[in-house]
Amino acid sequence: MRRAATLLRLAGLGLLLAFLLAPQLFAPLFAPLTEGGAPPIYDQGNLGMLALAHLATVLAACLGSTVLAVALGILVTRAGGQEFLPLSRAVVSFGQTFPPVAVLALAVPLVGFGEKPTLIALFLYGLLPIFENTVVGLRTCPAAVLEAASGMGMSARQRLLTVELPLAMPLILEGIRISLVINIGTATLGSTVAAKGLGEVIIAGLLSNNTAFVLQGGLATGLMAVLLYDAVAALERRLCRTARID
Amino acid sequence: MIVIESLTKRYGSATAVDAVSMVIERNSLTVIVGTSGSGKSTLLRMINRLVEPTSGRVLIEGRDTESEPGHTLRRRIGYVIQGHGLFPHRTVAENVATVPRLLKWEEARIRARTEQLLAALQLDPALYSEKYPHQLSGGQQQRVGVARALAAEPAVLLMDEPFGALDPIIREKAQDDLLDIQRKFGTTIVLVTHDIDEAFRLGDRVAVMSEGRLLQYDRPEVLVTRPADSIVARMTGSAERAMRLLSLTTAGEAALPLASDGGKEDAPVVRASASLREVLSELLWRGSEIATIVDENGTPCGRLTVAAILARGRPS
Repeated sequence: MRRAATLLRLAGLGLLLAFLLAPQLFAPLFAPLTEGGAPPIYDQGNLGMLALAHLATVLAACLGSTVLAVALGILVTRAGGQEFLPLSRAVVSFGQTFPPVAVLALAVPLVGFGEKPTLIALFLYGLLPIFENTVVGLRTCPAAVLEAASGMGMSARQRLLTVELPLAMPLILEGIRISLVINIGTATLGSTVAAKGLGEVIIAGLLSNNTAFVLQGGLATGLMAVLLYDAVAALERRLCRTARID
Repeated sequence: MIVIESLTKRYGSATAVDAVSMVIERNSLTVIVGTSGSGKSTLLRMINRLVEPTSGRVLIEGRDTESEPGHTLRRRIGYVIQGHGLFPHRTVAENVATVPRLLKWEEARIRARTEQLLAALQLDPALYSEKYPHQLSGGQQQRVGVARALAAEPAVLLMDEPFGALDPIIREKAQDDLLDIQRKFGTTIVLVTHDIDEAFRLGDRVAVMSEGRLLQYDRPEVLVTRPADSIVARMTGSAERAMRLLSLTTAGEAALPLASDGGKEDAPVVRASASLREVLSELLWRGSEIATIVDENGTPCGRLTVAAILARGRPS
């Protein structure tokens, strides 16, 4: 069962790479979707480069979200920081509920077109899952374990770094995984403000009424999201194989 | 030696511990016993400053515990809690090595100490070092907790209901092991429990607490024969006090010399380490007046009569 799942993933990865590196191979598949001799495969840019740029934008935004969300999560679970919990929660929830399209529209006048407004939108959008999972992870460390850590003579910092964060890590990683996956999809919106990414293919399809473009942009993005989700899940399992099973 | 001077802890208007003073001798096993909410755990946690006292002070070997930061103080004091609190993401060996690592011992010394302790607690290092806490039984987890607390050779070991999560049979074994450990390492142990039987079984001295106050602090037999007030009397169980007294003396300690004729052939045989309570029970069961006491090699070393046991059950 597990073996079959791995094979399926490898097949997915192979398919994605083949499509990004040699898209013309797939032309016969997409040809029935075009009308009036329009090109069946996106021809206004290199698909591989677009996918890389797409991934880079998402990863950069996610790195920023992780740093801020984990830092906030640590702050609000310390004895002195509890009063910041409602405020922090309001800020990250606002980041999630405020539509990314609106963030883009507001950010462009401030930072101009390109990657920057997309990074801001994705950064805000990705905060919530990481923050909430960090808070839950740190809060659910068993009380006896924390008591023992202090009783052994760990300073607050040592306790955080060597006991609390390692125990919370599975949940934090899960938060990062959710954030990554939703942002792979959301990042397609960046192409409306001239950020490089797979959204470009979809938008080109919409403008020229070419369903084949829309479909290949969507499929490539979706496949990338699924594969990334699995990759982070595998990493989680590796890291957590030894940690709390009880 | 631990000197506790009018130690008080207040939470708002509630007083958890009320001006407790006591002296705990070096190399002794002192048990603090009380009902829940009596302040016994708070008192214990003020010794290693997991709880900061409102007033009063604690001296360990003459040194005020306030003279250094709390976390460095705690590295010199062993601490065992109910439900062990082992780090689930670390192996048994890593758990035991916690305090030596904090104290930056050399790796070779840490490894040697870890193996010594695991062996002393009947956990074969080759078998258990690399296991994770969830792979152990409750009794084994508890022993790893004790090993971890003893790792940096602390002079003082604090134990908060250490056997509370164990079932009765394992608990008795764990209590015996603790007495062995104490003999072997000469650690000063302060143990908190709500179980008066455990207190009598383990304590060289027993402190009885109620509502934050220390009611009586003395040798167990004094608690039974001369309870300071009605609460202590109720706790030590006045209906059972003769039996309790018997349980505090071993057959070896009370043995009479062997009769010249070598004793009766069919007399029940009991170990010198058994308590008089156990000997009496055995005699009642067997309908015998006399028992032969044997040492750990099985050699007869004395005898005990019902009359002699009964005499021990009266306050002297």
